[in-house]
Amino acid sequence: MRAFDYLRAQTEGEALAAAGQDGAAFIAGGTDLMPLWKAGVAAPGLLIDIGRLPLAEVTARDGGLVFGATARLADIADHPEVRRRHPAIAQAIEASASGQVRNMATLGGALLQRTRCVYFRSGITPCEKLEPGSGCAAVAGENRLHAIFGGGPSCVATHASDLAVALVALDAQVRLRSLAGERVLPLTALYLPAGESPARETVLVPGEMIVAVEVPDAGGRSLYLKIRDRASFEFAVVSVAVALEVADGRVQSVRLAAGGVGTMPWRLRASEAALTGAEAGEAVFRAAAGLAADGAQPLAHNGFKIELLKRTVLRALVQAGDQT
Amino acid sequence: MTDPSREPRALTLRVNGVDHSLAAEPCATLLDVLRDGLGLTGTKKGCDMGACGACTVLVDDRRINACLTLAAMQEGREIVTIEGLADGEDLHPMQQAFIAHDALQCGYCTPGQILSAVGLLAEGRAVDLAQVAEQMSGNLCRCGAHPNILAAIAEVAGLRA
Ligand SMILES: Cc1cc2nc3c(=O)[nH]c(=O)nc-3n(C[C@H](O)[C@H](O)[C@H](O)COP(=O)(O)OP(=O)(O)OC[C@H]3O[C@@H](n4cnc5c(N)ncnc54)[C@H](O)[C@@H]3O)c2cc1C
Ligand code: FES
Ligand code: FES
Repeated sequence: MRAFDYLRAQTEGEALAAAGQDGAAFIAGGTDLMPLWKAGVAAPGLLIDIGRLPLAEVTARDGGLVFGATARLADIADHPEVRRRHPAIAQAIEASASGQVRNMATLGGALLQRTRCVYFRSGITPCEKLEPGSGCAAVAGENRLHAIFGGGPSCVATHASDLAVALVALDAQVRLRSLAGERVLPLTALYLPAGESPARETVLVPGEMIVAVEVPDAGGRSLYLKIRDRASFEFAVVSVAVALEVADGRVQSVRLAAGGVGTMPWRLRASEAALTGAEAGEAVFRAAAGLAADGAQPLAHNGFKIELLKRTVLRALVQAGDQT
Repeated sequence: MTDPSREPRALTLRVNGVDHSLAAEPCATLLDVLRDGLGLTGTKKGCDMGACGACTVLVDDRRINACLTLAAMQEGREIVTIEGLADGEDLHPMQQAFIAHDALQCGYCTPGQILSAVGLLAEGRAVDLAQVAEQMSGNLCRCGAHPNILAAIAEVAGLRA
């Protein structure tokens, strides 16, 4: 474990200025960074504690919710307006980690947490994320929990965040700030495809901070359904977030995203297209769910995720349909 | 060449109602400082990775994993460990309930279980038994004392076991 310096940022400006240094990283809850540091996978030279900056508010406005980047997951899930407007967000959080971790973990850290790929987490090479150019041990190794979407010979690690899946389904935007200024992106555009350089996972440039996430209001109902290997305190094997609006028996709008299957949170566009404007009911839901795994590229041990994904989409649609 | 970041720094932690001024490396976890710096070894180190809950303490009345945070990050916060739960000789009701329900075997997970239980009650999450079980999933017990642990918490929470 490499030693690091510690700076508790008093202002956002101080944090952004310090973040420009080589080897600097932000620390918010510490729940992902600390285990990675102990495993020797992360080796920051300076940790900038952003946990006391005034970025922890959850604000309910007309038209949408605004989450500060250091809002604790537990506080987000407990917020009455979150539960009312977007139950999928609260459900995704409540199905994540443990009570202790949810009290520590922040929104920004949840979006930027690294993959649970055991090779990566154990610091075992070949791994493109650890050592670009070395290859990927999981492609021909133990890959039951790896990706069926977005992977390739260089990397098949899944994105681990439950909350990110719900936020991608809800068309969330991220607000980023650096000394160079501010930009706002769709959350889907924060993440980079594994492609050529799996070590580069997001479009964040060094010194850039997530300051907020904004989620527009929507009609209908959202929910998050997570399938895992044990009943609690476990990452998703497959998960689905759905936001469904039905009017006069027809699907007015639908947004679907899946977790546990992609190198990033994965929107299920083919299923969405099959549903939009169609009659809301099990036959249509079943047909749309059947398209959920279109384009999947299973590995030796994770082919089961194709059927599991279809069934999870179907169940999520039926449950959401019953609630609307 | 000495690495400047290995230099201990002055730090004040408020633990069990008492301010402790000490020196710790910037990269020292709260868990290591509690145990090695302050000699409060009631807080246990199981996995050191957030996965077992043995290191659970309360910070500003909320339960956290002491192994996942830096001591420096908790300056100015109100930290409660198992050593601070009793009122003099009078055990905390959760401690009493763990004894009454035989909610332990080896006892290694017990401080974390008790702090987690106290925390979930303080957080208002003990709605029903299923919720309590779900909320305690961050605390593993290798001895398998979970049924008795849940019974002890149910009693303090006023839930029917
Ligand atoms: C035992 C355990 C079980 C878990 N189970 C689940 C689960 O089931 N589902 C799930 O989704 N997650 C799970 N998690 C992951 C957890 O959600 C993340 O660890 C947590 O959300 C990270 O947030 P943090 O604030 O602690 O991040 P930190 O550890 O502080 O930071 C993580 C990364 O994000 C960067 N960062 C943090 N905030 C910002 C910001 N505002 N701007 C720019 N960079 C930033 C840091 O530099 C670092 O690289 C689990 C974690 C543990 C330890
Ligand atoms: S020692 Fe902290 S959770 Fe296991
Ligand atoms: S009593 Fe032995 S680990 Fe729980």
